[in-house]
Amino acid sequence: MFSMKKLAGVAAIAAAGLVLSACSGPSADNSSSSASGSSSAAAPSTGGPLKIAVVTHGTSGDAFWNVVKNGAEQAGKDLNVGVDYFADGDPGNQARLIDNAVAQKVGGLVVSMANPQALQTSIQNAVKAGIPVVTINSGEDSSAAFGAIAHVGQSEGLAGQGAGQRLKAAGKTKLLCVIHEAGNIGQNQRCDGAKQTFGTVSTLQVDISNPTDAQARIRGALQSDPSIDAVLALNSQVAARAVDAAKEASSKAQVATFDLNADVVAAIKAGTILFAVDQQQYEQGYLPIVFLKLYKENGNTIGGGKPVQTGPGFVDKSNIDTVAPYAQRGTR
Amino acid sequence: MTAAIQAQPDERVGKKSLTDRLVVRPEIGALLGAVLVFVFFSVVTGQFLSPLGVATWLDDSSTLGIMAVVVALLMVGGEFDLSAGVMTASTSLVTAILATQAGWNVWLALGVSLAFALGVGAFNGWLVMKTGLPSFIVTLGSFLALQGLNLGVTRLVTSTVQVSGMRSTSGYESAGALFASTFDVGGTEFQSSIIWWIVVTAVAAVLLMRTRFGNWIFAVGGSQVSARSVGVPVVRTKILLFMGTALGAWLVGSINILRFASVQANQGIGLEFQYIIAAVIGGCLLTGGFGSAVGAAIGALIFGMARQGIVFAQWNSDWFMLFLGIMLLAAVLVNNAFRRRAERVRR
Repeated sequence: MFSMKKLAGVAAIAAAGLVLSACSGPSADNSSSSASGSSSAAAPSTGGPLKIAVVTHGTSGDAFWNVVKNGAEQAGKDLNVGVDYFADGDPGNQARLIDNAVAQKVGGLVVSMANPQALQTSIQNAVKAGIPVVTINSGEDSSAAFGAIAHVGQSEGLAGQGAGQRLKAAGKTKLLCVIHEAGNIGQNQRCDGAKQTFGTVSTLQVDISNPTDAQARIRGALQSDPSIDAVLALNSQVAARAVDAAKEASSKAQVATFDLNADVVAAIKAGTILFAVDQQQYEQGYLPIVFLKLYKENGNTIGGGKPVQTGPGFVDKSNIDTVAPYAQRGTR
Repeated sequence: MTAAIQAQPDERVGKKSLTDRLVVRPEIGALLGAVLVFVFFSVVTGQFLSPLGVATWLDDSSTLGIMAVVVALLMVGGEFDLSAGVMTASTSLVTAILATQAGWNVWLALGVSLAFALGVGAFNGWLVMKTGLPSFIVTLGSFLALQGLNLGVTRLVTSTVQVSGMRSTSGYESAGALFASTFDVGGTEFQSSIIWWIVVTAVAAVLLMRTRFGNWIFAVGGSQVSARSVGVPVVRTKILLFMGTALGAWLVGSINILRFASVQANQGIGLEFQYIIAAVIGGCLLTGGFGSAVGAAIGALIFGMARQGIVFAQWNSDWFMLFLGIMLLAAVLVNNAFRRRAERVRR
């Protein structure tokens, strides 16, 4: 039915092209194949303002990442450094954005690694090209192995354990942990951390980009199991939805959350949210720009090979009045 | 009387001028759009034309292009496949779970994920033909079902949402060499997915323009009833086309999993519309029966050039999607103008 001859001809020519072009396959994992972490001293910068690309996995329009972006841009203004911010939630596209920054010959690179393996080749290529890399927010375990000069973030497991402890101390017995990004490993680590210190934890999957649906699903979970007395949201937008859902379901569940925004601040003041785990992500935007500038201009590194921890800090009724104005202006 | 008729040559066998012959090609509008986008970013940005820059936007276009081409064939055949985007993640996940969790050899895992993809494709096609429902609805259903399967199975098997660790599986190097290697052109590394893209485009173009099956595709997309009455095997053709998009999704999924060595359960969602847009920029009609494989490949190239070009131009990323949307609209409008012109030529 097909003219097989013609097809076979085209395919054969193409296959020959594949074989003949100098191919190099991807390298498999050997225990010692990681890039050397030792960074050669940076060459003194050669004129012109430093240009840094920030490439994250946060969906654009996400309140959390907006604060990171504000931090990076403010640091750029304060230090006279050009900062370009790009984000794509798909790991392949994020890798391509890193390649793009390398092709642009940026002076420094800041990357959030929600999916370290997918970014490995691109980040190592950047390091090979002599671009210093600082990783932020997630992927701390791979940071040094990929050749980054520092990592700035919050260890998710620890933060989850902290949240679980506080909820247990508040006398809660059954916890619902709400995951809002299906592909994000850090969110699973938070729920697992909470499980370790709290005990009975069930997880619920919602979609951050559809608030109506998120609220309905949380409401459904609370209605179907009245014994749930605590909800842990992993994001401030989801927390606000969880508060409304608990109200609608007339459930006794109290909400605790990761991350702050104006809604969460108001809810903590009003007592509808117990506490927020604050990872102070403004620092995750601001500090890498400082580190890269110091590295480029003075050969400094920071952290001593350990991640620089920006959290967990806890915000509750006792310190909310200090934090509130900062959250209002999008820096907490 | 007869002399007068002799003097009037029949317009149906007349020679058309070269411009007229070019203008009726479905891909000509896309080609013009691609040249415009290419020149624009080459002038506006510094690094767009550098070897590394070219490698970046070709890479971005390549996996989109593979899918745009197979989706274009399906659209010429008069159907949609909304499950094509999420299918790229499903095939990756099947391969990765079998290789990393069950400890299978990568080649074997790839074989099983290929069988899975073809099965889902055949099921889509069979359901569309059996029920007579629009493929838009049927494949929307399988899109959502696959999305749920991706997350559910991944969490069930790995209790997390990413499957990683491909680099230490058996057969990774040899499979990677075929699907996810790089080739060196003048000191710059290019992804081999670019070659796959060219191969798939060439095969699809030959299939569509030079084979009997290609004629069947145009026939079933133009009018199913007429096609059936002249003896075209409509059901078989359409089911094969759905299997074709699934095959493309398997290829892209395999390229991704071997290149990035990990896959997230939420990947691929929303890409199906990018494939359709790329095919439409390339001259496919949403109503079926008209389009081209080469055009769809060029459509993907426009998409990739615009996506990376905006980054090279360092425009504020807050407006990224707006820029992209305007560019795509412009490309489609250019195309449309050409098609009107083409229809005038035909008359």
